[in-house]
Amino acid sequence: MTVPVRKFDAVIVGAGGAGLRAALQLSEAGLKTAVISKVFPTRSHTVAAQGGISASLGNVQEDKWEWHMYDTVKGSDWLGDQDAIEFMCRQAPEVVVELEHFGMPFDRLENGKIYQRPFGGHMANNGKTPVERACAAADRTGHAMLHTLYQRNVRAQTQFFVEWLALDLIRDAEGDVVGVTALEMETGEMVVFHAKAVLFATGGSGRIYAASTNAFINTGDGLGMSVRAGIPLEDMEFWQFHPTGVAGAGVLITEGVRGEGGILLNGNGERFMERYAPNAKDLASRDVVSRAMALEILEGRGCGKDKDHVLLKLDHIGPEKIMSKLPGIREIAIKFAGVDPIKDPIPVVPTCHYQMGGIPTNYKGEVVAPKDGNPEVRVNGFYAAGECACASVHGANRLGTNSLLDLVVFGKAAGNSMIDFIRNERPALKPLPANAAEFSQARLARLENQTGGEEVADVRADMQKCVQLRAGVFRNSENLARGVAEIKAIAERAKRTQIKDKSRVFNTARIEALELDNLIEVAVATLVCAEARKESRGAHAHDDFPDRHDEEWMKHTLYDGQSRQLAYKPVHTKPLSIDYIAPQKRVY
Amino acid sequence: MKMHFKIYRFNPDVDQKPYMQDYHVELEPADKKLLDALVRLKAVDDTLTFRRSCREGVCGSDAMNINGKNGLACITDVAGLKQPVEIRPLPGLPVIRDLIVDMTQFFKQYHSIKPYLINEGPKPDRERLQSPEDRKELDGLYECILCACCSTSCPSFWWNPDKFVGPAGLLAAYRFIADTRDEATTERLDNLEDPYRLFRCHTIMNCVDVCPKELNPTKAIGKIKDLMVKRIV
Repeated sequence: MTVPVRKFDAVIVGAGGAGLRAALQLSEAGLKTAVISKVFPTRSHTVAAQGGISASLGNVQEDKWEWHMYDTVKGSDWLGDQDAIEFMCRQAPEVVVELEHFGMPFDRLENGKIYQRPFGGHMANNGKTPVERACAAADRTGHAMLHTLYQRNVRAQTQFFVEWLALDLIRDAEGDVVGVTALEMETGEMVVFHAKAVLFATGGSGRIYAASTNAFINTGDGLGMSVRAGIPLEDMEFWQFHPTGVAGAGVLITEGVRGEGGILLNGNGERFMERYAPNAKDLASRDVVSRAMALEILEGRGCGKDKDHVLLKLDHIGPEKIMSKLPGIREIAIKFAGVDPIKDPIPVVPTCHYQMGGIPTNYKGEVVAPKDGNPEVRVNGFYAAGECACASVHGANRLGTNSLLDLVVFGKAAGNSMIDFIRNERPALKPLPANAAEFSQARLARLENQTGGEEVADVRADMQKCVQLRAGVFRNSENLARGVAEIKAIAERAKRTQIKDKSRVFNTARIEALELDNLIEVAVATLVCAEARKESRGAHAHDDFPDRHDEEWMKHTLYDGQSRQLAYKPVHTKPLSIDYIAPQKRVY
Repeated sequence: MKMHFKIYRFNPDVDQKPYMQDYHVELEPADKKLLDALVRLKAVDDTLTFRRSCREGVCGSDAMNINGKNGLACITDVAGLKQPVEIRPLPGLPVIRDLIVDMTQFFKQYHSIKPYLINEGPKPDRERLQSPEDRKELDGLYECILCACCSTSCPSFWWNPDKFVGPAGLLAAYRFIADTRDEATTERLDNLEDPYRLFRCHTIMNCVDVCPKELNPTKAIGKIKDLMVKRIV
């Protein structure tokens, strides 16, 4: 069966913050650009970001990009690449001002400048005292940013393929990327998108966990496609647990609540963060706060009849501030926790939130993979940005508000790299391999003809339970080894999933089965990478190896999905212009 | 808790016409919202088709008609619903399948108001300044999630979806008119100066009644009408 081919200069998969920022760059440069998204762009998960986007604008008190960089390196527990971190923190003021120029409705200070609030781990003077660095639109910063970027793309007349699911990456015999296959949900038809350059901006995959702040759509599609195309994944053991997910519901409560003065209390009514982080207290880095909360609960100092959560108290900051700066949080607390935070504290637990690892890239957004002994050789024509990518700016633990920054800095950088590549290196389309769609067709045919297999929902639930149990806030060797064996067995079952719905039209059962293929790749990668790292660093807290071990482990993990083998590559210790920030003991 | 649902079903691949299907389901204590119940139903019958994503009321995917009123499944308490719970696709838009409607017309109207800031002046090195009071004018406008609950509850939009911008699009139009940074108010008003585009709003206020974000498109439309009047006199 022949599959229709559509030709573009650039194809972007994903229409969240990174994809839309890149699209804008490409469309405004006059390149023929297609953005493929499985949801309407403003439904992408960027919309759920709440607290802010970081930039050392210094609108409230003095700030410098060097301090932002120091905090990000420290936050990453020295696993972040310092060239990429410098690039991001230096670019931050410019890209945030650009968002304002695009029309983003930031809150304002009395002097008319962009409103900034404190956030966890963001400090002045290399870690001394909290600084207002998070630029915010109330507690709806992601919504404001995503809608603004979409609106700007409407102006730039970007071409969108909405409710299309990308299936597989197309590489030619030389390993160069020349396109993707994608399925139009409404018709069930597959198309080959032939392109000079392809960007993955597919977001995270937090749905590998049973309890997650992530949307249903966060299924690691870009990571799954990369693995199937022989691209390694980097640092997949590092998953951020956000301290304040609503207990039971998983819905996110922004760190901005603590930035505005909210505090965490245990079952004794004690502000326990004072013990764990005497300086930063409730505004310590997320991994630190999540571990402290988990310990309080484990040691019997949780709240509620099952002592299984802690409380986030904010009534003392006053109704006026809650209504003006945290209105969305109040809405969520009322709807999902049944409490009005103007009067009562919100029950919260650490909840899976963000994937620090992903598709390996450099700070230009170019995907890099090992080849002939060199760990970082560019994969021609392939780019990644945002949560699906690992630049690596977040290392072993991301700071709050650095995610939205990552999206716009690296979305823009990747867009610029693609423009250069298309103009200078690949002005004409490189031919498609003869069998470009065969692999995707085989996957669809397998699903169509499968008999005697298992339900997608059952396999997915078992995967989520396994990852939740084996790769949580605290990890240990025995648990991880069990997790690896279990997840490999679940991955075998996922190969034989079966759907009852065989319809062509908007077949969401088929979509969910294809998404499970991607989730499973991420889940296996997570457990294999985590089992191998015998130290504690950032979000990877290993009970049997409680210390960070720089001599042996200050290195990035590279997971090859086809062999399930690991390799390692060095951390970039050389910033672009300033001196190396050498590892120190990490205290807040 | 056992619950009874009646859900609109239509798959153009196999069905001659739509029908209502009965579902009886035993909900778990964790199934608090209508979306939780729908996900549970889909685990049993994978042909049941609906959109969903964020499950916290901010992405706007799972708008549907619930017991006769438009709303988001993910923030609707399932326990409070009168049984059998009747669920239908958003009214007035073509149905693609089951609860999934074709939103082309809705987005076309949104796009028609030029939903982006227009300011062609030179860009300062830093952010443009805006006072907190001026910024406050955007509250209640910029938070729209484009779920279409409002426009598809509006009789004027049902009769003239191709001509009447509808409450969501008009709310967005006023969001830019109200923004002190935007320089295209005249152009925006010209764009709406038409017997249908703006003036088909008869202040029925269904939009206000259903908005899951508690926004008030009718008020925004009133302000646009005031500006229209002001520029005549």
